[in-house]
Amino acid sequence: MKILAICGMGLGSSMILKITLEKVIRQLGLDASVDVTDITAGRSQAESADIVVTSEELAERIGGVKAQIITVKDYFDVQEMTEKLQNAIEKIKKE
Amino acid sequence: MSGILSLLIDILSVPAILVGLVAFVGYLATKGKNFSDALAGGIKASIGFFILSGGATILSGSLNVLGPMIETAFHVQGVIPNNEAIVAIALGQLGQSTAIIMVLGFVFNLILARITPFKYIFLTGHHALYMAALLSASLTVIGLSGWVLWLVGGLVLGFLEVLMPAWTQHLATQVSGKSEWTIGHFSSLSYVSAGFAAKKLGGDPKTTSAEDMKFSKSLGFLRESMVSTGIIMFIVFLVPAFFMSAAARSTLGGDTNWVVYLLTQALTFSAGVAVVIYGVRTILADIVPAFSGIAEKIVPDAKPALDIPVVFPYGANSVIIGFLSSFVAGAIMMLIMGNVGLAAIVPGLVPHFFVGGGAGVIGNAFGGRRGAIVGGIVNGIIISLGAALLLPALGGLGFANTTFGDADFQWVGILVGLIGKLFVH
Repeated sequence: MKILAICGMGLGSSMILKITLEKVIRQLGLDASVDVTDITAGRSQAESADIVVTSEELAERIGGVKAQIITVKDYFDVQEMTEKLQNAIEKIKKE
Repeated sequence: MSGILSLLIDILSVPAILVGLVAFVGYLATKGKNFSDALAGGIKASIGFFILSGGATILSGSLNVLGPMIETAFHVQGVIPNNEAIVAIALGQLGQSTAIIMVLGFVFNLILARITPFKYIFLTGHHALYMAALLSASLTVIGLSGWVLWLVGGLVLGFLEVLMPAWTQHLATQVSGKSEWTIGHFSSLSYVSAGFAAKKLGGDPKTTSAEDMKFSKSLGFLRESMVSTGIIMFIVFLVPAFFMSAAARSTLGGDTNWVVYLLTQALTFSAGVAVVIYGVRTILADIVPAFSGIAEKIVPDAKPALDIPVVFPYGANSVIIGFLSSFVAGAIMMLIMGNVGLAAIVPGLVPHFFVGGGAGVIGNAFGGRRGAIVGGIVNGIIISLGAALLLPALGGLGFANTTFGDADFQWVGILVGLIGKLFVH
Protein backbone atom coordinates (compact mmCIF):
# COMPACT_ATOMS: atom_id res chain seq x y z
CA MET A 1 0.00 0.00 0.00
CA LYS A 2 1.32 3.46 -0.90
CA ILE A 3 0.63 6.33 1.49
CA LEU A 4 1.44 9.95 0.65
CA ALA A 5 1.89 12.57 3.40
CA ILE A 6 1.41 16.12 2.09
CA CYS A 7 2.15 19.54 3.61
CA GLY A 8 2.84 23.02 2.22
CA MET A 9 6.56 22.57 1.51
CA GLY A 10 6.90 18.82 1.96
CA LEU A 11 9.66 19.36 4.52
CA GLY A 12 8.40 19.64 8.09
CA SER A 13 4.82 18.72 8.96
CA SER A 14 4.61 15.98 6.32
CA MET A 15 7.73 14.46 7.93
CA ILE A 16 5.86 14.46 11.27
CA LEU A 17 2.91 12.74 9.57
CA LYS A 18 5.37 10.15 8.19
CA ILE A 19 6.77 9.45 11.66
CA THR A 20 3.26 9.03 13.12
CA LEU A 21 2.13 6.92 10.14
CA GLU A 22 5.13 4.60 10.37
CA LYS A 23 4.40 4.02 14.06
CA VAL A 24 0.79 3.11 13.26
CA ILE A 25 1.88 0.90 10.34
CA ARG A 26 4.25 -1.02 12.64
CA GLN A 27 1.60 -1.42 15.35
CA LEU A 28 -1.02 -2.65 12.90
CA GLY A 29 1.49 -4.84 11.06
CA LEU A 30 0.59 -3.31 7.67
CA ASP A 31 2.64 -3.64 4.50
CA ALA A 32 2.82 0.01 3.53
CA SER A 33 5.35 2.67 2.54
CA VAL A 34 5.10 6.40 3.26
CA ASP A 35 6.38 9.18 0.98
CA VAL A 36 6.37 12.90 1.78
CA THR A 37 5.75 15.68 -0.71
CA ASP A 38 4.53 19.28 -1.10
CA ILE A 39 1.06 20.44 -2.11
CA THR A 40 2.04 21.39 -5.67
CA ALA A 41 3.63 18.06 -6.59
CA GLY A 42 1.20 16.22 -4.33
CA ARG A 43 -1.77 16.67 -6.62
CA SER A 44 -0.24 14.55 -9.38
CA GLN A 45 1.58 12.16 -7.05
CA ALA A 46 -1.74 11.44 -5.32
CA GLU A 47 -2.91 9.68 -8.47
CA SER A 48 -0.53 6.80 -7.84
CA ALA A 49 -1.13 6.58 -4.07
CA ASP A 50 -3.72 4.51 -2.19
CA ILE A 51 -4.08 6.89 0.74
CA VAL A 52 -3.26 10.60 1.12
CA VAL A 53 -2.75 12.11 4.58
CA THR A 54 -2.81 15.89 5.05
CA SER A 55 -4.51 18.79 6.86
CA GLU A 56 -8.09 19.86 6.15
CA GLU A 57 -7.29 23.10 4.31
CA LEU A 58 -4.75 21.39 2.05
CA ALA A 59 -7.17 18.52 1.34
CA GLU A 60 -9.48 21.10 -0.30
CA ARG A 61 -6.65 22.10 -2.62
CA ILE A 62 -5.94 18.51 -3.65
CA GLY A 63 -9.50 18.05 -4.84
CA GLY A 64 -10.82 14.89 -6.44
CA VAL A 65 -8.34 12.03 -6.62
CA LYS A 66 -8.80 8.26 -6.60
CA ALA A 67 -6.90 7.87 -3.35
CA GLN A 68 -8.64 7.95 0.03
CA ILE A 69 -7.89 11.31 1.67
CA ILE A 70 -7.38 11.43 5.43
CA THR A 71 -7.29 14.82 7.19
CA VAL A 72 -5.75 15.02 10.65
CA LYS A 73 -5.95 17.73 13.29
CA ASP A 74 -3.14 16.63 15.61
CA TYR A 75 -0.16 15.51 13.53
CA PHE A 76 1.51 13.56 16.34
CA ASP A 77 -1.58 11.78 17.71
CA VAL A 78 -1.12 8.04 17.13
CA GLN A 79 -4.67 7.25 18.26
CA GLU A 80 -6.32 9.70 15.86
CA MET A 81 -4.12 8.42 13.01
CA THR A 82 -4.86 4.76 13.80
CA GLU A 83 -8.63 5.27 13.72
CA LYS A 84 -8.57 7.32 10.53
CA LEU A 85 -6.14 4.98 8.75
CA GLN A 86 -8.23 1.93 9.66
CA ASN A 87 -11.38 3.66 8.37
CA ALA A 88 -9.66 4.48 5.09
CA ILE A 89 -8.43 0.89 4.66
CA GLU A 90 -11.97 -0.40 5.33
CA LYS A 91 -13.31 1.89 2.60
CA ILE A 92 -10.65 0.70 0.13
CA LYS A 93 -11.55 -2.94 0.85
CA LYS A 94 -15.25 -2.27 0.21
CA GLU A 95 -14.59 -0.70 -3.18
CA MET B 1 48.29 3.10 6.14
CA SER B 2 48.54 6.87 5.81
CA GLY B 3 47.19 6.45 2.28
CA ILE B 4 44.05 4.80 3.62
CA LEU B 5 43.71 7.43 6.34
CA SER B 6 43.96 10.31 3.89
CA LEU B 7 41.46 8.55 1.60
CA LEU B 8 39.10 8.26 4.58
CA ILE B 9 39.50 11.95 5.40
CA ASP B 10 38.90 12.81 1.75
CA ILE B 11 35.70 10.78 1.75
CA LEU B 12 34.43 12.40 4.93
CA SER B 13 35.21 15.89 3.68
CA VAL B 14 32.70 15.47 0.85
CA PRO B 15 29.47 16.70 2.45
CA ALA B 16 27.24 14.62 0.15
CA ILE B 17 28.97 11.42 1.27
CA LEU B 18 28.87 12.48 4.92
CA VAL B 19 25.12 13.10 4.68
CA GLY B 20 24.68 9.74 2.94
CA LEU B 21 26.57 7.95 5.72
CA VAL B 22 24.40 9.59 8.38
CA ALA B 23 21.24 8.47 6.60
CA PHE B 24 22.73 4.96 6.17
CA VAL B 25 23.52 4.62 9.88
CA GLY B 26 20.18 6.14 10.85
CA TYR B 27 18.38 3.67 8.63
CA LEU B 28 20.25 0.71 10.14
CA ALA B 29 19.14 1.90 13.58
CA THR B 30 15.48 2.03 12.49
CA LYS B 31 13.25 -0.90 13.30
CA GLY B 32 12.17 -3.10 10.42
CA LYS B 33 14.72 -1.85 7.90
CA ASN B 34 17.36 -4.11 6.34
CA PHE B 35 20.79 -3.50 4.85
CA SER B 36 19.61 -2.89 1.29
CA ASP B 37 17.00 -0.35 2.52
CA ALA B 38 19.79 1.38 4.41
CA LEU B 39 22.08 1.43 1.39
CA ALA B 40 19.32 2.86 -0.81
CA GLY B 41 18.50 5.46 1.88
CA GLY B 42 22.16 6.49 2.12
CA ILE B 43 22.55 6.83 -1.65
CA LYS B 44 19.30 8.82 -1.87
CA ALA B 45 20.47 11.27 0.82
CA SER B 46 23.80 11.77 -1.02
CA ILE B 47 22.01 12.48 -4.27
CA GLY B 48 19.72 14.87 -2.39
CA PHE B 49 22.78 16.94 -1.55
CA PHE B 50 23.72 17.20 -5.25
CA ILE B 51 20.12 18.11 -6.14
CA LEU B 52 20.34 20.92 -3.58
CA SER B 53 23.61 22.20 -5.09
CA GLY B 54 21.99 22.18 -8.52
CA GLY B 55 19.15 24.31 -7.18
CA ALA B 56 21.69 26.79 -5.78
CA THR B 57 23.22 27.24 -9.24
CA ILE B 58 19.81 27.88 -10.80
CA LEU B 59 18.66 30.48 -8.29
CA SER B 60 22.02 32.28 -7.96
CA GLY B 61 21.86 33.08 -11.68
CA SER B 62 18.61 34.92 -11.12
CA LEU B 63 19.83 36.69 -7.95
CA ASN B 64 22.92 37.89 -9.81
CA VAL B 65 20.64 39.72 -12.23
CA LEU B 66 18.44 41.19 -9.50
CA GLY B 67 21.18 42.51 -7.18
CA PRO B 68 22.70 45.00 -9.66
CA MET B 69 19.21 46.09 -10.80
CA ILE B 70 18.22 47.14 -7.28
CA GLU B 71 21.61 48.85 -6.80
CA THR B 72 21.19 50.84 -10.02
CA ALA B 73 17.59 51.81 -9.34
CA PHE B 74 17.67 52.65 -5.61
CA HIS B 75 21.36 52.79 -4.59
CA VAL B 76 20.72 50.37 -1.71
CA GLN B 77 21.41 46.69 -1.28
CA GLY B 78 18.19 44.77 -1.93
CA VAL B 79 17.80 41.49 -0.13
CA ILE B 80 15.15 38.79 -0.49
CA PRO B 81 15.03 36.65 2.65
CA ASN B 82 14.67 33.03 1.57
CA ASN B 83 16.07 30.25 3.74
CA GLU B 84 16.36 27.73 0.94
CA ALA B 85 18.27 30.14 -1.29
CA ILE B 86 20.80 31.30 1.33
CA VAL B 87 21.37 27.79 2.70
CA ALA B 88 21.89 26.32 -0.76
CA ILE B 89 24.45 29.04 -1.57
CA ALA B 90 26.14 28.67 1.84
CA LEU B 91 26.47 24.90 1.45
CA GLY B 92 28.64 25.45 -1.63
CA GLN B 93 31.45 26.60 0.67
CA LEU B 94 30.37 25.33 4.08
CA GLY B 95 28.89 21.95 3.24
CA GLN B 96 31.25 19.89 5.36
CA SER B 97 31.03 21.95 8.54
CA THR B 98 27.25 22.32 8.14
CA ALA B 99 26.76 18.55 7.85
CA ILE B 100 29.02 17.88 10.85
CA ILE B 101 27.36 20.58 13.00
CA MET B 102 23.92 19.19 12.14
CA VAL B 103 24.94 15.66 13.21
CA LEU B 104 26.61 16.91 16.41
CA GLY B 105 23.48 19.00 17.04
CA PHE B 106 21.40 15.80 16.97
CA VAL B 107 23.77 14.17 19.44
CA PHE B 108 23.78 17.15 21.84
CA ASN B 109 19.98 17.44 21.53
CA LEU B 110 19.71 13.83 22.76
CA ILE B 111 22.23 14.33 25.57
CA LEU B 112 20.62 17.58 26.78
CA ALA B 113 17.10 16.12 26.62
CA ARG B 114 18.38 13.18 28.63
CA ILE B 115 20.27 15.04 31.39
CA THR B 116 18.53 18.45 31.69
CA PRO B 117 14.90 19.32 32.55
CA PHE B 118 14.43 20.50 28.93
CA LYS B 119 13.04 17.23 27.60
CA TYR B 120 12.49 18.13 23.96
CA ILE B 121 13.42 16.44 20.70
CA PHE B 122 13.65 18.80 17.74
CA LEU B 123 12.02 17.09 14.76
CA THR B 124 11.97 19.92 12.22
CA GLY B 125 14.92 18.58 10.24
CA HIS B 126 15.11 21.34 7.65
CA HIS B 127 15.35 24.00 10.34
CA ALA B 128 18.11 22.02 12.07
CA LEU B 129 19.94 21.98 8.73
CA TYR B 130 19.42 25.71 8.14
CA MET B 131 20.55 26.60 11.69
CA ALA B 132 23.66 24.43 11.15
CA ALA B 133 24.37 26.43 7.98
CA LEU B 134 23.84 29.76 9.80
CA LEU B 135 26.17 28.66 12.61
CA SER B 136 28.87 27.49 10.24
CA ALA B 137 28.71 30.76 8.33
CA SER B 138 28.64 33.12 11.33
CA LEU B 139 31.17 31.19 13.46
CA THR B 140 33.55 31.01 10.49
CA VAL B 141 33.28 34.78 10.07
CA ILE B 142 34.40 35.33 13.69
CA GLY B 143 37.41 33.09 13.14
CA LEU B 144 36.53 29.55 14.28
CA SER B 145 37.55 26.58 12.17
CA GLY B 146 38.02 22.81 12.27
CA TRP B 147 37.14 20.90 15.43
CA VAL B 148 36.46 24.03 17.48
CA LEU B 149 33.97 25.26 14.87
CA TRP B 150 32.23 21.88 14.73
CA LEU B 151 32.03 21.42 18.50
CA VAL B 152 30.91 24.95 19.30
CA GLY B 153 28.41 24.88 16.42
CA GLY B 154 27.03 21.47 17.43
CA LEU B 155 26.75 22.48 21.08
CA VAL B 156 24.96 25.76 20.30
CA LEU B 157 22.61 23.91 17.92
CA GLY B 158 21.89 21.24 20.54
CA PHE B 159 21.08 23.89 23.15
CA LEU B 160 18.81 25.80 20.74
CA GLU B 161 17.01 22.54 19.92
CA VAL B 162 15.92 22.09 23.54
CA LEU B 163 15.70 25.71 24.74
CA MET B 164 13.59 27.17 21.91
CA PRO B 165 10.90 24.46 22.20
CA ALA B 166 10.86 24.98 25.99
CA TRP B 167 10.38 28.72 25.37
CA THR B 168 7.38 28.13 23.05
CA GLN B 169 5.71 25.35 25.05
CA HIS B 170 3.20 27.70 26.69
CA LEU B 171 2.16 28.93 23.23
CA ALA B 172 1.51 25.42 21.91
CA THR B 173 -0.50 24.62 25.02
CA GLN B 174 -2.57 27.82 24.71
CA VAL B 175 -3.28 27.12 21.03
CA SER B 176 -4.06 23.40 21.13
CA GLY B 177 -5.08 22.83 24.74
CA LYS B 178 -2.54 19.99 24.82
CA SER B 179 0.94 19.73 26.24
CA GLU B 180 2.08 16.52 24.52
CA TRP B 181 4.06 18.45 21.91
CA THR B 182 5.46 21.91 21.32
CA ILE B 183 6.62 24.16 18.49
CA GLY B 184 10.03 23.33 17.04
CA HIS B 185 10.52 26.07 14.48
CA PHE B 186 13.37 28.55 14.58
CA SER B 187 11.09 31.58 14.67
CA SER B 188 10.57 31.28 18.42
CA LEU B 189 11.37 34.96 19.02
CA SER B 190 8.51 35.92 16.66
CA TYR B 191 6.08 33.50 18.26
CA VAL B 192 6.85 34.44 21.86
CA SER B 193 6.70 38.17 21.02
CA ALA B 194 3.44 37.67 19.10
CA GLY B 195 1.87 35.84 22.07
CA PHE B 196 3.07 38.50 24.51
CA ALA B 197 1.89 41.45 22.40
CA ALA B 198 -1.47 39.79 21.68
CA LYS B 199 -2.07 39.24 25.38
CA LYS B 200 -1.31 42.92 26.11
CA LEU B 201 -3.00 44.53 23.11
CA GLY B 202 -5.56 41.98 21.95
CA GLY B 203 -9.16 41.36 22.91
CA ASP B 204 -10.84 38.46 24.63
CA PRO B 205 -9.79 35.26 22.83
CA LYS B 206 -13.05 33.50 23.72
CA THR B 207 -15.56 36.08 22.50
CA THR B 208 -13.57 37.66 19.64
CA SER B 209 -11.90 34.59 18.10
CA ALA B 210 -10.96 35.04 14.45
CA GLU B 211 -12.19 31.52 13.87
CA ASP B 212 -15.82 32.65 14.31
CA MET B 213 -15.53 34.88 11.25
CA LYS B 214 -16.52 33.93 7.70
CA PHE B 215 -13.44 34.13 5.56
CA SER B 216 -12.59 33.84 1.90
CA LYS B 217 -10.45 30.85 0.96
CA SER B 218 -9.15 32.58 -2.16
CA LEU B 219 -5.70 33.08 -0.63
CA GLY B 220 -5.17 29.34 -0.27
CA PHE B 221 -2.92 29.29 -3.35
CA LEU B 222 -0.27 30.98 -1.19
CA ARG B 223 0.33 27.60 0.43
CA GLU B 224 1.91 26.60 -2.87
CA SER B 225 5.32 28.14 -2.37
CA MET B 226 6.33 27.54 -5.98
CA VAL B 227 3.46 29.72 -7.21
CA SER B 228 3.70 32.40 -4.53
CA THR B 229 7.50 32.70 -4.92
CA GLY B 230 7.12 33.06 -8.70
CA ILE B 231 4.53 35.83 -8.35
CA ILE B 232 6.35 37.86 -5.71
CA MET B 233 9.67 37.55 -7.55
CA PHE B 234 8.14 38.89 -10.77
CA ILE B 235 6.99 41.97 -8.84
CA VAL B 236 10.40 42.21 -7.17
CA PHE B 237 12.07 42.21 -10.59
CA LEU B 238 9.59 44.67 -12.13
CA VAL B 239 9.75 47.42 -9.49
CA PRO B 240 13.46 48.30 -9.82
CA ALA B 241 13.12 48.06 -13.62
CA PHE B 242 10.58 50.90 -13.54
CA PHE B 243 13.02 53.07 -11.60
CA MET B 244 15.91 52.46 -14.01
CA SER B 245 16.53 54.73 -17.01
CA ALA B 246 14.68 53.65 -20.15
CA ALA B 247 17.98 52.96 -21.88
CA ALA B 248 19.32 50.72 -19.10
CA ARG B 249 16.00 48.92 -18.88
CA SER B 250 15.82 48.08 -22.57
CA THR B 251 19.25 46.44 -22.55
CA LEU B 252 18.45 44.15 -19.61
CA GLY B 253 17.45 41.12 -21.65
CA GLY B 254 19.73 41.66 -24.67
CA ASP B 255 17.57 40.80 -27.68
CA THR B 256 14.67 39.65 -25.50
CA ASN B 257 11.96 42.08 -24.42
CA TRP B 258 12.80 43.21 -20.88
CA VAL B 259 9.43 42.25 -19.35
CA VAL B 260 9.66 38.76 -20.80
CA TYR B 261 13.26 38.51 -19.64
CA LEU B 262 12.36 39.54 -16.07
CA LEU B 263 9.48 37.06 -16.04
CA THR B 264 11.88 34.23 -16.98
CA GLN B 265 14.29 35.37 -14.25
CA ALA B 266 11.50 35.38 -11.62
CA LEU B 267 10.28 31.94 -12.60
CA THR B 268 13.87 30.67 -12.71
CA PHE B 269 14.37 31.77 -9.11
CA SER B 270 11.21 29.95 -8.04
CA ALA B 271 12.36 26.86 -9.96
CA GLY B 272 15.72 26.99 -8.17
CA VAL B 273 14.01 27.18 -4.77
CA ALA B 274 11.75 24.25 -5.73
CA VAL B 275 14.81 22.17 -6.66
CA VAL B 276 16.51 23.07 -3.37
CA ILE B 277 13.39 22.07 -1.42
CA TYR B 278 13.28 18.76 -3.29
CA GLY B 279 16.95 18.19 -2.44
CA VAL B 280 16.41 18.99 1.24
CA ARG B 281 13.42 16.63 1.32
CA THR B 282 15.45 13.84 -0.30
CA ILE B 283 18.21 14.31 2.28
CA LEU B 284 15.84 14.40 5.27
CA ALA B 285 13.15 11.89 4.29
CA ASP B 286 14.99 9.07 6.06
CA ILE B 287 17.17 10.97 8.53
CA VAL B 288 14.33 12.63 10.49
CA PRO B 289 12.24 9.47 11.13
CA ALA B 290 15.42 7.62 12.08
CA PHE B 291 16.37 10.39 14.53
CA SER B 292 12.87 10.29 16.01
CA GLY B 293 13.17 6.51 16.48
CA ILE B 294 16.56 6.78 18.18
CA ALA B 295 15.32 9.61 20.42
CA GLU B 296 12.36 7.54 21.60
CA LYS B 297 14.78 4.85 22.80
CA ILE B 298 17.23 7.21 24.52
CA VAL B 299 14.78 9.78 25.96
CA PRO B 300 11.40 8.03 26.09
CA ASP B 301 9.80 10.81 28.16
CA ALA B 302 10.82 13.65 25.83
CA LYS B 303 8.24 15.73 23.95
CA PRO B 304 8.53 16.28 20.21
CA ALA B 305 9.09 19.84 18.93
CA LEU B 306 7.24 20.18 15.63
CA ASP B 307 7.15 22.39 12.53
CA ILE B 308 4.84 25.43 12.74
CA PRO B 309 2.02 24.25 10.40
CA VAL B 310 1.00 21.80 13.16
CA VAL B 311 -0.79 24.78 14.78
CA PHE B 312 -2.58 25.78 11.54
CA PRO B 313 -5.52 23.34 12.04
CA TYR B 314 -6.25 25.24 15.28
CA GLY B 315 -6.80 28.55 13.46
CA ALA B 316 -7.32 28.49 9.68
CA ASN B 317 -8.62 32.11 9.57
CA SER B 318 -5.88 33.34 11.88
CA VAL B 319 -3.23 31.98 9.48
CA ILE B 320 -4.53 34.28 6.73
CA ILE B 321 -4.93 37.28 9.08
CA GLY B 322 -1.45 36.76 10.52
CA PHE B 323 0.08 36.40 7.07
CA LEU B 324 -1.54 39.56 5.68
CA SER B 325 -0.68 41.77 8.65
CA SER B 326 2.87 40.40 8.74
CA PHE B 327 3.33 41.02 5.02
CA VAL B 328 1.99 44.59 5.20
CA ALA B 329 4.26 45.32 8.19
CA GLY B 330 7.18 43.87 6.19
CA ALA B 331 6.41 46.08 3.18
CA ILE B 332 6.26 49.23 5.35
CA MET B 333 9.50 48.22 7.06
CA MET B 334 11.18 47.84 3.65
CA LEU B 335 10.35 51.44 2.76
CA ILE B 336 11.47 52.78 6.15
CA MET B 337 14.69 50.76 6.26
CA GLY B 338 15.69 51.62 2.69
CA ASN B 339 15.43 55.31 3.66
CA VAL B 340 17.52 55.12 6.85
CA GLY B 341 20.51 53.43 5.23
CA LEU B 342 19.75 49.81 6.09
CA ALA B 343 19.41 47.17 3.39
CA ALA B 344 15.93 47.10 1.84
CA ILE B 345 14.45 43.78 2.92
CA VAL B 346 11.91 42.70 0.33
CA PRO B 347 9.08 40.91 2.14
CA GLY B 348 9.17 37.31 0.92
CA LEU B 349 5.84 35.51 0.80
CA VAL B 350 7.15 32.25 2.25
CA PRO B 351 8.47 33.46 5.63
CA HIS B 352 5.56 35.88 6.03
CA PHE B 353 3.08 33.12 5.25
CA PHE B 354 4.46 30.40 7.50
CA VAL B 355 5.80 32.47 10.39
CA GLY B 356 3.24 35.28 10.06
CA GLY B 357 0.53 32.63 9.86
CA GLY B 358 1.84 30.89 12.96
CA ALA B 359 2.09 34.22 14.79
CA GLY B 360 -1.52 34.89 13.78
CA VAL B 361 -2.74 31.58 15.25
CA ILE B 362 -0.82 32.25 18.47
CA GLY B 363 -2.03 35.86 18.58
CA ASN B 364 -5.63 34.71 18.17
CA ALA B 365 -5.26 32.19 20.99
CA PHE B 366 -4.10 34.95 23.35
CA GLY B 367 -6.02 37.98 22.07
CA GLY B 368 -8.71 37.05 19.57
CA ARG B 369 -8.84 38.60 16.09
CA ARG B 370 -7.07 41.77 17.23
CA GLY B 371 -4.42 39.53 18.75
CA ALA B 372 -3.99 37.75 15.40
CA ILE B 373 -3.37 41.09 13.66
CA VAL B 374 -0.97 42.25 16.38
CA GLY B 375 0.89 38.91 16.24
CA GLY B 376 1.35 39.17 12.48
CA ILE B 377 2.57 42.78 12.66
CA VAL B 378 5.07 41.94 15.41
CA ASN B 379 6.50 39.15 13.26
CA GLY B 380 6.68 41.39 10.17
CA ILE B 381 8.71 43.99 12.06
CA ILE B 382 11.02 41.44 13.73
CA ILE B 383 11.98 39.47 10.62
CA SER B 384 12.55 42.60 8.52
CA LEU B 385 14.86 44.24 11.06
CA GLY B 386 16.53 40.91 11.84
CA ALA B 387 17.31 40.21 8.20
CA ALA B 388 19.00 43.61 7.73
CA LEU B 389 21.02 43.46 10.96
CA LEU B 390 22.15 39.87 10.21
CA LEU B 391 23.89 40.72 6.93
CA PRO B 392 27.27 41.89 8.38
CA ALA B 393 27.50 38.73 10.51
CA LEU B 394 27.43 36.55 7.40
CA GLY B 395 30.64 37.92 5.85
CA GLY B 396 30.82 37.26 2.10
CA LEU B 397 27.43 35.57 2.22
CA GLY B 398 25.93 38.90 3.29
CA PHE B 399 26.34 40.05 -0.31
CA ALA B 400 24.40 37.16 -1.79
CA ASN B 401 21.20 39.29 -2.15
CA THR B 402 19.33 36.72 -0.10
CA THR B 403 19.41 35.86 3.59
CA PHE B 404 17.74 33.93 6.38
CA GLY B 405 14.01 34.64 6.79
CA ASP B 406 13.22 33.46 10.34
CA ALA B 407 13.81 35.29 13.59
CA ASP B 408 15.94 32.74 15.45
CA PHE B 409 18.44 32.35 12.59
CA GLN B 410 18.65 36.13 12.64
CA TRP B 411 19.15 36.75 16.34
CA VAL B 412 21.58 33.85 16.71
CA GLY B 413 23.65 35.15 13.79
CA ILE B 414 23.58 38.72 15.11
CA LEU B 415 24.58 37.51 18.59
CA VAL B 416 27.48 35.46 17.21
CA GLY B 417 28.65 38.53 15.30
CA LEU B 418 28.48 40.70 18.45
CA ILE B 419 30.36 38.13 20.53
CA GLY B 420 32.99 38.01 17.81
CA LYS B 421 33.39 41.79 17.91
CA LEU B 422 33.67 41.87 21.71
CA PHE B 423 35.90 38.89 22.43
CA VAL B 424 37.59 37.45 19.37
CA HIS B 425 39.03 40.45 17.58
